[in-house]
Amino acid sequence: MRRLALILIPYLWLIALFLIPFVIVIKISLSDVALARPPYFPQLDLTEGFTGIKAFFSELDFENFTFLTTDDLYWKAYLSSLKIAGISTILTLLIGYPIAYGMASARPEWRATLMMLVILPFWTSFLIRVYSWIGILSQGGLLNTFLLWLGVINEPLTILNTEIAVYIGIVYTYLPFMILPIYANLEKLDGSLLEAAEDLGCSRTSAFWLVTVPLSKSGIIAGCFLVFIPAIGEFVIPSLLGGSQTLMIGKVLYEEFFSNRDWPVASAVAVVLLVILIIPIILFQRNEQKNREASQ
Amino acid sequence: MQQTVFAPWQDPDEKPLIQFRNVTKKFGDFTAIANLDLDIYAREFFALLGPSGCGKTTLMRMLAGFEMPTSGKILLGGEDIAAVPPNKRPVNMMFQSYALFPHLSVWENVAFGLRREGRDKGEIETRVADMIRLTRLEKFARRKPHQLSGGQRQRVALARSLAKAPKLLLLDEPLGALDRKLREETQFELMDIQEKTGTTFVIVTHDQEEAMTVASRVAVMDEGKLVQVSTPDQIYEAPTSVYVADFIGAVNIIEGKANQTGDKVLVNWAEGQSPLIATTTAMLQKDQTCYLAIRPEKIAISAERPEAANVIEGEILDIGYLGNISTYHVKLPSGHIIKAQSANTRRIARRSFTWEDKVWLSWSDTAAILLER
Repeated sequence: MRRLALILIPYLWLIALFLIPFVIVIKISLSDVALARPPYFPQLDLTEGFTGIKAFFSELDFENFTFLTTDDLYWKAYLSSLKIAGISTILTLLIGYPIAYGMASARPEWRATLMMLVILPFWTSFLIRVYSWIGILSQGGLLNTFLLWLGVINEPLTILNTEIAVYIGIVYTYLPFMILPIYANLEKLDGSLLEAAEDLGCSRTSAFWLVTVPLSKSGIIAGCFLVFIPAIGEFVIPSLLGGSQTLMIGKVLYEEFFSNRDWPVASAVAVVLLVILIIPIILFQRNEQKNREASQ
Repeated sequence: MQQTVFAPWQDPDEKPLIQFRNVTKKFGDFTAIANLDLDIYAREFFALLGPSGCGKTTLMRMLAGFEMPTSGKILLGGEDIAAVPPNKRPVNMMFQSYALFPHLSVWENVAFGLRREGRDKGEIETRVADMIRLTRLEKFARRKPHQLSGGQRQRVALARSLAKAPKLLLLDEPLGALDRKLREETQFELMDIQEKTGTTFVIVTHDQEEAMTVASRVAVMDEGKLVQVSTPDQIYEAPTSVYVADFIGAVNIIEGKANQTGDKVLVNWAEGQSPLIATTTAMLQKDQTCYLAIRPEKIAISAERPEAANVIEGEILDIGYLGNISTYHVKLPSGHIIKAQSANTRRIARRSFTWEDKVWLSWSDTAAILLER
């Protein structure tokens, strides 16, 4: 009984906060847009009993999903999201790995402090931190002023409202999610393995590629998914830093909901986004499970 | 007919493989190794023995190249190896934790060093197969280290460190993680493999039995210094200090004042007791403080007063029954407690002595070793 109760808690949590809302979203995605409140049709009317339920289901269709295929805005937005999320993930890995490596090779008494520094930005609102990047990246912002003062450039660079700004924003925001799993992995790494590699004829560099990297693989994979998955659906960063040219599905979703007030199409976009995300999420779960098995 | 005994350290023409020349190693203020000189010869199975923190591991890590001497020289085959990094030394090490690569199979672990040398595929395959056969790992070649038992991992570590056919193999507490029975078997396996491959082995251990079993010579270390370097039987039978006598095996140490006539020494060890007799080649001053070291198995225990050079009466305080032998703790009137061993040739029900029995301890005049420090 106690075990059942313990398992029940997360399941109830998932049902109440994920499954039920998701079913509602699916329902809306199968409805038609209407000038009403709520802005879609049909509504389920239980007072009419079984005929009401039948009438309700007969009104549902996949119209909105077929609509997504007719307008190239949607698939372009999906592809562009995947591209931006993919490139940002690689950039985050390239920046995050050396940081994690440095933290793991730091003296033990320093590690807690370094960890604190990585987590510290979370203490400020995410929105404020993204806003502050506007101040840094804009034409008259800190970065341009500094570069002009240095004499590296003669004219201010246009960074804000380009994809570059979106990359900077995503890499900056999600960096801790890359660093922490890799650090957790590298910290456990047995130093005698590297000595053994050297003893067997490896240089420091080849020992890194042949021992350190393969042994931190699970951390790298975990970090990549933790960045990639939320980055695909990212909305705040592209809308604040990316301007009107940056196409990302999260932004399209927002516009469908709030500018267009087309809840059914917006819901369809959300459902497709989830389906796209399910594949990497399953892969991520697999990786986690494999780690758990290996560590036993 | 003269038997050829392996003893290159007695041959003045023999060139040592490894020479430590006045080597000192400091970690900050702490001196791990102090002005150490040591020669190790080719094909030797050399044991570094000592309590933890005595510097034996530091000594080994300097040979592997993971530590640099603060001063002094280490020569390998006559050449100073200070400037040679670990990956360029003809020295391989078997780590205490085995340090097997968890992401590689047994086969890949053994092949790791050979692949770094860039040898061709066929050659690597033959060599790895040889090593795997030598360590009897044929069945496990495809497994990952976490799928192996402790003993199998130990053999993988050995195969991997032998694969490159090093001039010198370093073994850092190689059997520490194994249980006693497996450890004893593996000791003989190690000796066998050492003989077959003809590699020079240097083993670090804190287990004196292990050192005695496997080694051609043992170096007993204490606080960064070599206390005695000799063959196992010499270390046991002729220790040069109380420290060595006490470290290796069980021993009774009796302190007394010497009174020498010729090679015989009378040791006055307690008031009202007749002096103990021992032989020595050293010259002691009259009333110099000296120590008698007597191994328990060299002390006879009897109910009647026997005829012997040294006879003392005492009372049995404790009996340690070990199956094949029993150790008796005998309390002397002077307060000393002497350990004596005797083989249990009879069934235990017919044991001759029991607790609080009055017994006589006796040993010959050559049984005890007279030590000055």
